[in-house]
Amino acid sequence: MAVLITRESKIICQGFTGAQGTFHSEKAIEAKTNMVGGVTPDKGGTEHLGLPVFNTVAEAKEATGANASGIFVPPPFAADAILEAVEAELELVVCITDGIPTRDMQRVKREMNGSKTRLVGPNCPGVFTPGIGKIGIIPAYIGLEGKIGIVSRSGTLSYETLVQTTRTGLGQTTVIGIGGDPVNGTNYLDSLELFLDDPETEGIIMIGEIGGTAEIEAADFIKSWKSVKKPVAAFIAGAAAPPGRRMGHAGAIVSSGAETADAKKEALKNAGVEVAETIVTIGEAMINALKG
Amino acid sequence: MNIHEYQAKQLLAKFGVNVPVGDISYKTHEAETVAKWLDEDVMVIKAQIHAGGRGKAGGVKVVKSVKDAVEEADKMFGMTLVTPQTGPEGKEVRRVYIEAGCDIADELYFCILVDRETGGNTVIASTEGGMDIEEVAEKTPEKIFKVRLNPGIDLQPHHARKITYNLGLKGKTGRIAQKNIMAIYRTFCEFDAAMLEINPLVVTGSGDIIVVDCKMAFDENALYRQREVEEMRDDDEIDPLELEAARHDLNYVKLDGNIGLMVNGAGLSMATMDIVKHYGGAAANFMDVAGAATPDRVAAAFKLIYSDPGVKGILLNIFGGMMRCNDIAEGLVAAAKEVGLSKPLVVRLEGTNVEMGREILKNSGLPIQPVESMDEAAKKIVEAVKESA
Repeated sequence: MAVLITRESKIICQGFTGAQGTFHSEKAIEAKTNMVGGVTPDKGGTEHLGLPVFNTVAEAKEATGANASGIFVPPPFAADAILEAVEAELELVVCITDGIPTRDMQRVKREMNGSKTRLVGPNCPGVFTPGIGKIGIIPAYIGLEGKIGIVSRSGTLSYETLVQTTRTGLGQTTVIGIGGDPVNGTNYLDSLELFLDDPETEGIIMIGEIGGTAEIEAADFIKSWKSVKKPVAAFIAGAAAPPGRRMGHAGAIVSSGAETADAKKEALKNAGVEVAETIVTIGEAMINALKG
Repeated sequence: MNIHEYQAKQLLAKFGVNVPVGDISYKTHEAETVAKWLDEDVMVIKAQIHAGGRGKAGGVKVVKSVKDAVEEADKMFGMTLVTPQTGPEGKEVRRVYIEAGCDIADELYFCILVDRETGGNTVIASTEGGMDIEEVAEKTPEKIFKVRLNPGIDLQPHHARKITYNLGLKGKTGRIAQKNIMAIYRTFCEFDAAMLEINPLVVTGSGDIIVVDCKMAFDENALYRQREVEEMRDDDEIDPLELEAARHDLNYVKLDGNIGLMVNGAGLSMATMDIVKHYGGAAANFMDVAGAATPDRVAAAFKLIYSDPGVKGILLNIFGGMMRCNDIAEGLVAAAKEVGLSKPLVVRLEGTNVEMGREILKNSGLPIQPVESMDEAAKKIVEAVKESA
């Protein structure tokens, strides 16, 4: 089954003919992703990577039956690209673009109120279901079809987690990179819910970092699981970060007690989550959690 | 990006927020011109640095004559202010702001920020102005009032009324406060601010409302459309290495350890700092070679870390998704040859085009220690640095 990207997914790329759109669409096609076309304004009617190019998302959907999109357009135009995909009522929109102004994303969030579209990102590595396909920049060769669902704010840490769950033979159902921006679409709670409902996912790995309180809310949610529950392992990055300094992600600012790595680890442990002390032991932590 | 208090007041004044009259000076004779022009009974001399807690450190003085104003300003120029927010090395004062003093009847706290929990903006107000707000939040949380706005929804007049009622402001003062609060919110939005803190927001003896101190931070992602704000950038307030990093679009923060880190992705950078610490080492920096790096940018990043005299060894930990390992390897080899590599360098490469990248490193003829895993990489660099010490 997997989540978000399944055998039913028909995927387009917005910003298809640009350098990033081209490179990562090629990689997605190599990974057997069901890509059906792409969108670049003013290039409609041409062909790129053997696929049709459309001027608008609505045209692409009408011609190909696309239900998902990956966005690789530059930051000043990315919010508009998301809204175009939402208006075309795609089921899934994954925005890879890093550097979108917060105020633009707040507007997107308001416009998406009540919409059926699910947004993942922005500023994220995307979504990857080994054996089926991917939207985004996660290298497909490190994946293995399997039973672990992974959700991560950080792109590169999701790769580390992929490698370890592949080496230990657990494999993955789906990897969701939710991104590190202050205003984003799908969050930890949404992802945990998806994995909880997915019959193929037997265990969940959650990768968090300092700043914000999303991981604490996730811990509360895991604690509330009653009859249906799944083993969860987690890692929180940033224990060695000095307080108050900005560490790259707009999100990773330690500003109150609840936002430190220690507070988050504690909350997760209290919720019965197996917490890895370093990122290199996250695979092991998952194995321990699965043993119960 | 942060700006100075006087710059924040300039932005607020554009939208009609009430701020004291004043002007900036870079030299004592300029301070004299400002003080003579102001010629108020009470004037406040304020050192402009990007850090709070200036008052206790001697960076704010109240004077009653032009002569005293000039004297205090002269003392402040070149002074190093050490406050809880500057770090032990402190910050040198290069700009001094002189403004009219005001008759303070009450001090309030007011702040707007982007709220990660809701995705919208949150307004925070308190009757306890002029104090450390974190302490107020801890000891008397009931004195802190919040308005959490839904994402994309702006502050409405009814919110402003609610805030003033909670601050205990009545009648004409309340109405003046509402007008100012709406204008402050507009300033926050129009300039793509990430944080705007006014502490204190003052109620004067005659019932007026005035912004006495203000800090503003901005959304870096929006600076491309905020020319005016971008021009307020003060490079003197930024660590020289961090400034050099910013020129190459690198995400760099200087730290106290001796192991230079070069990593892609903020999460992996933090996790690398964590694991280095786990094995008994300490990072000399946080460095996220973000996004799609070219060989040139990788080279610039390497040279920057290498040039830090505190760095005794370098760990490169790259997991390329957006980045391609061959680009990384190419940039790294070029830079390492240029600096004549004499510090230990441990490299862990993984991800897109990894085979090409490893091949370039192998054929470089440089004493690079390649490793396959992050665990091994951290152990190795910590050992290598201990040996060289």
